[in-house]
Amino acid sequence: MVAEAKKNQEKIFEKHRKFCKVNEIVEKYKYEKQNLIAILQEVQTEYRYLPEEIMTYIATMMDISPAAVYGVATFYSQFSLDPKGKYEIKVCDGTACHVRGSMPVYNAIREKVGLQEGKFTTDDLQFTVETVRCLGACALAPVVVINGKVYSKMTADAVKIIVDELLKRSENDN
Amino acid sequence: MTEMVKADIKKELEKAAQYVKNTGMRVLVCSGTGCVANGAFDIYDQFLKHDTDVMFKKEKKVSSIKTGCRGFCEQGVFVAVPDLDLVYVKVKPEDVPEIIEKTLQNGEIIERLLYEDPVTGQKIQKENDINFYKNQTKAALANCGNIDPESIDEYVATGGYEALDHVIKNYTPEQVCKEVEDSGLRGRGGGGFPTGKKWNFVRINEADQKYVICNADEGDPGAFMDCGIMEGDPHKLLEGMAIAAYGTGSDFGYIYVRAEYPLAVKRLRIAIEEATKRGFLGESIFGSDFSFKIKIKEGAGAFVCGEETALIASIEGDRGMPMPKPPFPANEGLFGKPTLINNVETFANVALIIKKGADWFKGFGTETSKGTKTFALTGEVNNTGLIEVPLGTKLKEIVYDIGGGIRNNKKFKAVQIGGPSGGCLTEEHLDLPLDYESLKSVGAMVGSGGLVVMNEDTCIVEVARFFLQFTQNESCGKCIPCREGTKQMLHILEKVVAGKAELKDIETLTELAEVVRLGSLCGLGKTAPNPVLSTLKYFKDEYMAHIAENRCPAGVCEAFKLIKINPDKCIGCTKCAKVCPVNAIDGKVKEKHVINQEKCIKCGACLTSCPVNAITEGN
Repeated sequence: MVAEAKKNQEKIFEKHRKFCKVNEIVEKYKYEKQNLIAILQEVQTEYRYLPEEIMTYIATMMDISPAAVYGVATFYSQFSLDPKGKYEIKVCDGTACHVRGSMPVYNAIREKVGLQEGKFTTDDLQFTVETVRCLGACALAPVVVINGKVYSKMTADAVKIIVDELLKRSENDN
Repeated sequence: MTEMVKADIKKELEKAAQYVKNTGMRVLVCSGTGCVANGAFDIYDQFLKHDTDVMFKKEKKVSSIKTGCRGFCEQGVFVAVPDLDLVYVKVKPEDVPEIIEKTLQNGEIIERLLYEDPVTGQKIQKENDINFYKNQTKAALANCGNIDPESIDEYVATGGYEALDHVIKNYTPEQVCKEVEDSGLRGRGGGGFPTGKKWNFVRINEADQKYVICNADEGDPGAFMDCGIMEGDPHKLLEGMAIAAYGTGSDFGYIYVRAEYPLAVKRLRIAIEEATKRGFLGESIFGSDFSFKIKIKEGAGAFVCGEETALIASIEGDRGMPMPKPPFPANEGLFGKPTLINNVETFANVALIIKKGADWFKGFGTETSKGTKTFALTGEVNNTGLIEVPLGTKLKEIVYDIGGGIRNNKKFKAVQIGGPSGGCLTEEHLDLPLDYESLKSVGAMVGSGGLVVMNEDTCIVEVARFFLQFTQNESCGKCIPCREGTKQMLHILEKVVAGKAELKDIETLTELAEVVRLGSLCGLGKTAPNPVLSTLKYFKDEYMAHIAENRCPAGVCEAFKLIKINPDKCIGCTKCAKVCPVNAIDGKVKEKHVINQEKCIKCGACLTSCPVNAITEGN
């Protein structure tokens, strides 16, 4: 019983800490509506996605409607309302990457990490696999970015080796 | 209160020249996005460690310098030593010790790292002897790859901020606008509106506050020219914006840049900070009463924000949805105030025009399209990268002379120009001069300058589908023709590539295209049908092959692919049947195997499993 109470206490603290960070961010941007996008960007960096309760909290803080915040969050492709995996794999699907075969690479990754149709994040929250808009490295097409690191001139086979390495690492972590 | 800095450009120039002179022999390591992906930072760090203990021929100091993009991304990482008139290509971190020992200390050339001409096989030492560079004219990109974008002295030493000093001291705002108008500079973001005129509209508007916005939301897939300028020569952009602010009577500017360009954002921030410290930005610039501050706004991924009014909405913190024009931003823009919006490359040309004069600028280009233009040359050409040529250069010169022809000796098929809003150019357009009017006359546009080259293995219908999927996805949803029309068009194209379309679908497709073009508010919707219309115009037979003959001429579309087992070769080992994920392969051990085409999903797993290559893929 005591352990459980402690755990709950921990959870409340955890949540409190979360909101502290949000307070800091919103204050830094002086509660200004024109900075809403920048605020959401920083919040997302913190949580890896935009939790619903935090969006409502931001709206209250900034004295705008939750719908306005939700509207902005859903308009821009950078924002995610779902939690993302530990490894974020972004396959560039700009024109140059597309004509040099980004789709076979994308499908190979999806298959490798075992994503079912219609899903972008694995159930264990280890991998998120998405296509992204042009990254501006077109001369190195096709390009894959994994947690910020760029892999150039990818092929389905090459990417499988890279993902294998990640799978191994994520198993070791667990 | 911080102390006011009064910048004196002559002193600054002397100081900067001394700074550059002190660098001694310069080793330039390309650190554009492309080269960074290939390990440029690692290479730079290794060189940097030895800056203190390496002397060229025991007498000259050596300095490693991190530069912006040199353009030839295909051959990265680039390492150039201008004093020796030497470039090394495809440099790997493990090559660095050898370069230091042989080249930097003794001036020896390492053959292995020189560029090899793909046709003649000749090794080339000088950058300007390489075909890719030989046929270019660099103006906006002149500094990219030659200076350290994170050092303001390097920019000043090239004569940077002289133009700003000159206009503040000698020109009225009206004269500035006139000079730019006389040069014939037109918007480089795609529309091609005369820049000087646009400035003048903002200038003549009386208001307590005016804004200058730089549109750096380079959203076209396959374009990275603005990225190259921001990463390689950020001060040129800032100087152009400051001149524009002086000419239009503004004191505050925004750079709206894509969040997908983290390196550009970082370098811009450094540049703004340094320029402010020197007194080139901020209060009382060069001791005058002209002030100008710049703030960076990071976009969050919405193609439509490249549209002026949508971009303004986004800066204000709203959903980036376009508004009807008029009112034009020049009258009622950001926060309701007169606002000038230009693209990165447009601003990057301004300082040069002021410094070298409108006549110099007019010396490049055609009758109606003056100056040079940057293009991102990508796709199936041998040399991909960032290039700059005079407007009016023929397509064939770009594809063959600069691009070095089509990769793997394949046949040229088409070029997609101007991204998802543009159109395609075919073999018959190889002699077409690339300028605003000529491109418009064939149903394409300069756009921001993405050139994606396609070969015979590219399915043009699939490419049209790809672009439409992009615009459909990026449609903001405000206008119904754009939101629903592109969706229906996409649906038809999906049917075509899946082999399920009928002839009458093409009619509907053309009709829908017209509705979307006419019924949309902003450029995104108005131009969304372009890729479909232009491919339908030049490659109708390919659409027909998909619909009437049930085949994809390029062999790309999976629906038409057939995987077969050659019964003469099959040894009945059952390996293919075991790997098939949908159990589409029947056959017993040592009997001939057959693929059930109804069940087959064309994954190709059996292809690689066959030990005797009996399985083939074809149309």
